[in-house]
Amino acid sequence: MSGPDETKPDEAGRDGPEPSEAASSDRASSEQTHGAQAAQGAVPPTPATPAAPPAPAASAEEEQASLPARLGEERLAEPVIRTGLFGVHGTPDTSGYGGLRVHQAPLLASPRPYGLYFDEVADALEAGLGTGFGDAIERVVADRGELTFYVRRERLPEVAAKFRDDPALRFELCSGVSGVHYLHDTGRELHAVYHLLSITHNRRVRLEVTAPDADPHIPSLVGVYPTCNWHERETWDFFGIVFDGHPALTRIQMPDDWKGHPQRKDYPLGGIPVEYRGAKIPAPDERRHYS
Amino acid sequence: MTHAQTPHAPAGASDADEEAAEGRVYTVSGEDWDEMMASANEARDFQSGERLVINMGPQHPSTHGVLRLILTIEGETVEEVRASIGYLHTGIEKNMEYRTWTQGVTFCTRMDYLMPFFNEAAYCMAVERLLGIEDKVPERAQIIRVMLMEFNRISSHLQGIGPMGMELGATTIFLQGLRMRERILDLYELITGLRMNHAYIRPGGLSQDLPPGALEAIRGFLDGAPKLVHDLRALIDANPVFIGRTKGVAYLDLAGCMALGVTGPMLRSTGLPWDLRKSQPYCGYETYEFDVPTVDTCDAYGRYLIRMDEIEQSLRIVRQCVDRLADRGQLADDPVMIKDAKIGWPARLSLGPDGLGPAPEHIAHIMGQSMEALIHHFKLVTEGFRVPAGQAYVAVESARGELGAHVVSDGDTRPYRVHFRDPSFTNLQSIAALCEGGQVADVIPAIASIDPVMGGVDR
Repeated sequence: MSGPDETKPDEAGRDGPEPSEAASSDRASSEQTHGAQAAQGAVPPTPATPAAPPAPAASAEEEQASLPARLGEERLAEPVIRTGLFGVHGTPDTSGYGGLRVHQAPLLASPRPYGLYFDEVADALEAGLGTGFGDAIERVVADRGELTFYVRRERLPEVAAKFRDDPALRFELCSGVSGVHYLHDTGRELHAVYHLLSITHNRRVRLEVTAPDADPHIPSLVGVYPTCNWHERETWDFFGIVFDGHPALTRIQMPDDWKGHPQRKDYPLGGIPVEYRGAKIPAPDERRHYS
Repeated sequence: MTHAQTPHAPAGASDADEEAAEGRVYTVSGEDWDEMMASANEARDFQSGERLVINMGPQHPSTHGVLRLILTIEGETVEEVRASIGYLHTGIEKNMEYRTWTQGVTFCTRMDYLMPFFNEAAYCMAVERLLGIEDKVPERAQIIRVMLMEFNRISSHLQGIGPMGMELGATTIFLQGLRMRERILDLYELITGLRMNHAYIRPGGLSQDLPPGALEAIRGFLDGAPKLVHDLRALIDANPVFIGRTKGVAYLDLAGCMALGVTGPMLRSTGLPWDLRKSQPYCGYETYEFDVPTVDTCDAYGRYLIRMDEIEQSLRIVRQCVDRLADRGQLADDPVMIKDAKIGWPARLSLGPDGLGPAPEHIAHIMGQSMEALIHHFKLVTEGFRVPAGQAYVAVESARGELGAHVVSDGDTRPYRVHFRDPSFTNLQSIAALCEGGQVADVIPAIASIDPVMGGVDR
C-alpha cells in the first residue's frame, strides 16, 4: 500500500505544517486507505505518455491560435490550491486536525480471471484486436462488478469501433462521456470515461482514456457513436478536453464567452457567506471538511 | 406588433448594411404569425429563395422549459433544427463535490425535477455499490423505493402527456392529466413531506419510514386511479385532432435510436422491448409482475400510447408494493435504513408539539444511554462517512430512459466526481432527426414526444 510513488503528488501541493513525530500515530489511523483496492495488485504507474505535439512546427502557431483550449503549460503554472488538510486556513479556527495525509489511489490492474462475463468480453476483444491488443489496452480493472478497459488514446476510435461491430462484443449503445479531473495524477490528469451497453448480450463495459493537462487531446468518438456529440461538447465545456475530429466542438452548457472549464478541480466553486440566525456560514468550498 | 427592425443598430443609420449582412430581422410576439408571414411575403423573402431563420424559445411555452430551437424554414417546411441548451445550468454536479455523500441527494433530486426519485435512486445505488452494501439495504426500503419510483413514472408521464395535449390546443387534456398528478403529489407530500425535491432516498436506505395512514391513502388513490386513466384515454386515444397531429410525426427508427443513444419510451416505440427493470433488474424488480409495452410505429402517437400503457403497468407494480408492505406490517423490526452504524443516518424524525425534529427516543438514547451511539451520530452528521476509492456506474430505467450515475470516490467523505447521464439530455439530441424535413407545426409534438425536462438536460 505504501509504495514510494504514493506520497509524492500530495507532498508537492502541501503548504501546511509538516506533521510532527508525535502526530504520526494519529496520522496512521487517519490515513486514507483504499480497502477494496488494496486487495488487488497495485502496479507502478506507467511513465507519462509522451505528449506528442499535435501539429508540425510550421503550423503550430496557427494551430494554437485556433485551439479553443487554454494551453496546458499555462494552466499548470498556476499554484496548486489543494492542501489535503483537515480544517480551514486563514481563520482563528485552529480546531481542525492538521496532520491528515490524503494518498493518491494506486493504479490498479486486475489479474485474470476477471469473473462474470468479463473474461468473454476480454477474450473477444483480444481476438478482435489481434496483436494490437497489448498496445491499445493499457490495463484492465474488474472492480465492484464492473469492467474497465484503460485504452491508449490514439487507439480509442479503433477499439470503440471493434466494441460496436464485433459480433461477439456488439456494444450498440454508448451512454456518453463523463470527464474526471485527477489533479494529482501527473501526466494523466484528464480522464474521459465511456460507458458502453450491449443490448444483444445484455452487458456493460467501461472504457477509460487519459490525457495529460499539457496536451488535452482525445480522438472524438462521434464517428463511431453519434450520441457522443453533445456529451463530448459537455466534457470539453466542463474539463477542457479537446476531442479531435468532433464536427463542432463548442460550449454547450456554459455561455460561449465563458472563461475556464468549471468542473476542473483547479476551478473554484465560488459562493458567498450566508448569515443564518446571527451566524455566518462560509461559502461551501471554504467550509471545514474532513479530508 | 410585427415589424421589421435591426435591433442592434442606431435607428436609420445602417439598416441597409445590416440587412445585407444578416438578412431582415422580424420580432414576433403573441399570435401574430399570419401578419409576420404576410409581411415576409411582401418583402418577397420567399420569392427570392431566401430562407427564414426562426428562433423558437428559450421562453416559448411549448418548448418545455428553457429550450431554444433555431429553426431554418422554407415556407412551412423545416430545413434545419439546431437546439441550444444551457439556460438552466445550475452546476449541480460541481456542487455535489463540496458536500458529503448524504447531502448529495439534496442536489441531485433537483436535476430532473419531474422525476426526483429516479435521480435519488440512481445516485444512492451508485454510492451503495461503491460502499459494497448493495445487498445489505433493508428490503422494506427497497419496496418503498420501487413504489415511489413507479409513482414517479406515473406523475412524470402525466406531466408529459398533459402539456402535450395543451400544446396541441386541448386544455382539457392538460387539466385531466394534472388532476391525476395532483393526487400523486399529495401522496408524495404525505410520505416525504414535500411535493418535489424530496431527498427521501438516502445511501443505505430511506430518510424515514412511511407515516401512519400512508398505505390507506395509497389504497384510496389506487381505487380511483383506473377511472382517471380511463377518462384520459377516452379523451385522447381516438381523438381525431390528436391523432392527426401525432401519427406518423417525429419518426425515429431503431437504427436512429441506437446511433443517437435514445432510450426509454422513444426506444420502445420502435418495437424493442428494452427496459432495464427487466434486463438488468435492481431494487428487486425481478420479483414484480409487469409487462414492457411496445409499439412499432416509431412516431409521436406510439410514444404517447407507450406512456399511457406504462402508467397502467406502474399502477400494477404499486399495488404489489402496497400488498407487500401491508404483509410486513406484522414484523417487529423492519428498518428502512441499513443497520451499519457507521453508514446509516441515525436520527429519526418525529412530529412533536414544537414541530418536526429528532425523535425523543433517539435523543434519550444518545444523551442518556449509549456513548457509542452519540459518537456515531456526531461523526455521521458533521463529517459523514467515507467511501472507498473507486468508481461505479449505476443505471435505472427512469420515466425518460436510462438515467445513469457515474460516481467517483477518492476515499473521501465527499464525492470526487458525480456525473449523471441524463436521458433528457441524450434524447434531445435527436430533435434534428425528428423534425428536419417536416412541417413547422410538427416540431411541437416532436418535442413533446421526447418529453425533455430542461432541469435534467442542463443540470
